[in-house]
Amino acid sequence: MQTTLSPPAPVENASAALPALGTVRLTVNGTAKTLQIAPWTTLLDALREYLNLTGTKKGCDHGQCGACTVLINGKRINSCLTLAVMHDDHEITSIEGLANADGSLHPLQTAFVDHDAFQCGYCTPGQICSAVGLMNEGQAKSEADVRELMSGNICRCGAYPHIVDAVTEVMGIEKQA
Amino acid sequence: MNPFAYSRPDSIDSAIDELVTEPAAKFIGGGTNLIDLMKENIEKPSRLIDINRLPLTDIVELPDGGLRLGALATNADTAYNPLVKERYPLLSQTILAGASPQLRNMATNGGNLFQRTRCYYFYDTSMPCNKRKPGSGCGALNGYNRIHAILGTSDSNPLTTCIATHPSDMCVALAALEAVVRVEGPNGERTVAMADFHRLPGNEPQYDNTLQPGEIVTAIDLPANGFAQHYNYLKLRDRASYAFALVSVAAGLELEGNTVTNARIALGGVAHKPWRKTEAEELLVGKEAVAANFRPVAEKLLEGAKGYGHNTFKIDLAKRAIVRALTEAVTMQKATPQ
Ligand SMILES: Cc1cc2nc3c(=O)[nH]c(=O)nc-3n(C[C@H](O)[C@H](O)[C@H](O)COP(=O)(O)OP(=O)(O)OC[C@H]3O[C@@H](n4cnc5c(N)ncnc54)[C@H](O)[C@@H]3O)c2cc1C
Ligand code: SF4
Ligand code: FES
Ligand code: FES
Repeated sequence: MQTTLSPPAPVENASAALPALGTVRLTVNGTAKTLQIAPWTTLLDALREYLNLTGTKKGCDHGQCGACTVLINGKRINSCLTLAVMHDDHEITSIEGLANADGSLHPLQTAFVDHDAFQCGYCTPGQICSAVGLMNEGQAKSEADVRELMSGNICRCGAYPHIVDAVTEVMGIEKQA
Repeated sequence: MNPFAYSRPDSIDSAIDELVTEPAAKFIGGGTNLIDLMKENIEKPSRLIDINRLPLTDIVELPDGGLRLGALATNADTAYNPLVKERYPLLSQTILAGASPQLRNMATNGGNLFQRTRCYYFYDTSMPCNKRKPGSGCGALNGYNRIHAILGTSDSNPLTTCIATHPSDMCVALAALEAVVRVEGPNGERTVAMADFHRLPGNEPQYDNTLQPGEIVTAIDLPANGFAQHYNYLKLRDRASYAFALVSVAAGLELEGNTVTNARIALGGVAHKPWRKTEAEELLVGKEAVAANFRPVAEKLLEGAKGYGHNTFKIDLAKRAIVRALTEAVTMQKATPQ
């Protein structure tokens, strides 16, 4: 399929160029959405500013913190470093899409509450989405693996020990003494 | 970010055509480096040509016993591919030492080759930088240069000085494995040895590599020998994970008993490209695989190294890292978890 959005914008005089909007269809948490957005809208901004899904957080906006982690076809990515227009036929899952239809929480959400795996909570949606991705990937077998493979999510409050407790519990991984 | 147009061609030929017609356009793979640089106004492409739907994601065996890694296979899919894990564990280990799981899920093998330096002055548009703005000077030379290069730098002419490093981990293993980059362009296909893919800054620090206008990387070929028995990627950095290398070593050894029959060593974090010296590797052939024989190899690899103040520690660090990396490759035991 050949997809083309908007005419080329003159770079020399970028500030004078009119934002060229295009139609982008995103499937977010199982629901198809049609947006009129410019190609330079990141997936993170599309979720937060256009779809009002503000659970996904903007920490650094440069791939350095993981607060913006969402799942694309089940795989975790940093939504700040990708464009919405690149994902028009992908399944996007954000923190808002993890709970069950009846409102009961995803086991990881429950475990984060049970283990007090946060303080301010800013990194938490990204941590939980990242942990869902971690489980889907199936590479983590030990607590050390969980620590290493959750290293893309920074927690400024330092809730790491409790985050590891929550994730290892849900994964059924024995804690090292 | 500057305004830009977006297109998603459905064939390699049309992708090349689009770039030839609009030279200010850029391909986008995972976007993890390009979008970052666009947010800082360092890259300002007129159009993004999204190559993600091109059929370049496969990892397939080659008739000569090698392996072809599609340019659009992600770093994660490459590192976890069963054939890569079994036959090129050095590459798998190296990729997994880089970035974060999220980034590796996005980053493509092609894009990884093209990632640009993490030099702070390159990123700061208010500072002089010969790489970003040729002829403007080098902010790093007399600035804070702790992460900068100690080998192959260009520092004699202020207008072409550059002491930046290439930040990739993956490329260091590819250099050690003597991978070959497959390129397609308006004039057809060609292959480039890893050793010739990236370049030293010389008089033109604005060029990181030898790709020509309109060209696209389609695959990276690994030769049959994966050094899968004795290998090691040692990455030294400021925190245990999710940080770029200060110094890294990709090592592969072939042994008969305890005698080295073949050795490959490439260094990361020390130069504008992965650093290899075949004379250093040859020093090991026929020798016993013991630390006393690794030290002269380290000296040879670091020959001509030059520190710029904050980064001078890298010279000794690199020498010790080489000895340790080779020692660990022999025993296949890591001194500390990586
Ligand atoms: C916070 C952070 C930490 C990181 N840590 C590490 C680390 O520790 N180690 C490490 O090695 N890397 C690290 N990285 C860098 C990461 O590995 C690279 O950004 C990534 O590999 C780039 O691949 P991409 O597909 O996203 O490239 P893109 O950003 O899509 O593209 C990069 C460039 O390559 C060009 N390009 C892409 N594909 C092709 C192709 N097939 N042919 C021709 N040109 C092409 C594009 O035009 C662009 O100019 C880190 C990145 C971030 C943001
Ligand atoms: S080291 Fe290279 S990239 Fe860094 S400021 Fe100097 S010229 Fe620019
Ligand atoms: S906001 Fe995306 S990684 Fe920090
Ligand atoms: S809970 Fe505050 S940043 Fe993690």
